[in-house]
Amino acid sequence: MLILECPYCGVHADETELAPGGEAHLKRFGPGSDIDDFEGYLFMRENPKGLHFERWRHAYGCGKWFLAARCTATLEVFGTYPAQSAEPPQSIKDAITAKRPGWSWRDFA
Amino acid sequence: MSEVVNVRDLGSQGMVTLRGDMSSKAFKAACKALSELAIPDRNKITEADGKGIVWMSPDEVLLLLPHADAAAAVAQFAAAMGAEHHLAVNVSDARALIAVEGPFAAEVLAKLTPADVHPAQFGPGDFRRTRLGQVAAAIWCVAPGSYRVICFRSVADYTLNLLSASAEAGPVRHF
Repeated sequence: MLILECPYCGVHADETELAPGGEAHLKRFGPGSDIDDFEGYLFMRENPKGLHFERWRHAYGCGKWFLAARCTATLEVFGTYPAQSAEPPQSIKDAITAKRPGWSWRDFA
Repeated sequence: MSEVVNVRDLGSQGMVTLRGDMSSKAFKAACKALSELAIPDRNKITEADGKGIVWMSPDEVLLLLPHADAAAAVAQFAAAMGAEHHLAVNVSDARALIAVEGPFAAEVLAKLTPADVHPAQFGPGDFRRTRLGQVAAAIWCVAPGSYRVICFRSVADYTLNLLSASAEAGPVRHF
């Protein structure tokens, strides 16, 4: 069972109260962009065993989107933060570094 | 059995959804004018004299008031907010209000929701949007052993039966 704290309402929401939104921090490439960039935006996803960044929506609660950093292997949650963040806040990065020294995920490390 | 939890539909309840910038003076003043109550902290409800305000999300509150006053409240809120971006909708007939009352009422809810409704965590004035069984619901605690549930009117029968079955099955005595 996965429990994530919604950064907006502070509720510790069970997985069944949330709607998954796939991978976080995707950069959109729209019409007119390079075909490889567009393919990457549409289809290319991380599939890590370990640290992952995901989008979630507090569907059975306040209805807001937020982002979560967690481990797909252990279900350990490093933290959640608002969906408006372009990259994980330093506090989340520090929490990950404490548990997974030398981590990297896409462009973040 | 002497211990019984009573589950009943409370009938018509006026409910008005208000959205906007909750930190704005106009929004606070409009809520105050409608209910005589201040906007509660997050995941809280304030109630008095048959009226209430519920914190629903960072930009939404639910106003509880007598059913007959709901339509007028929408117009009054819109007038008070003027040009400021806002939304006010009378959702009275879209929702149902259910009372769950009795010595093990918290356990009746705990069997159906992933939310922590232990009396030590979820006391009078606490409010939580969550799910009951398969449907979305909002729960708040009026007093120890007395809870209110709001769900969509379209699933009110399901919710009422679900809560009744949970109450009939008796306490688990984990709390």
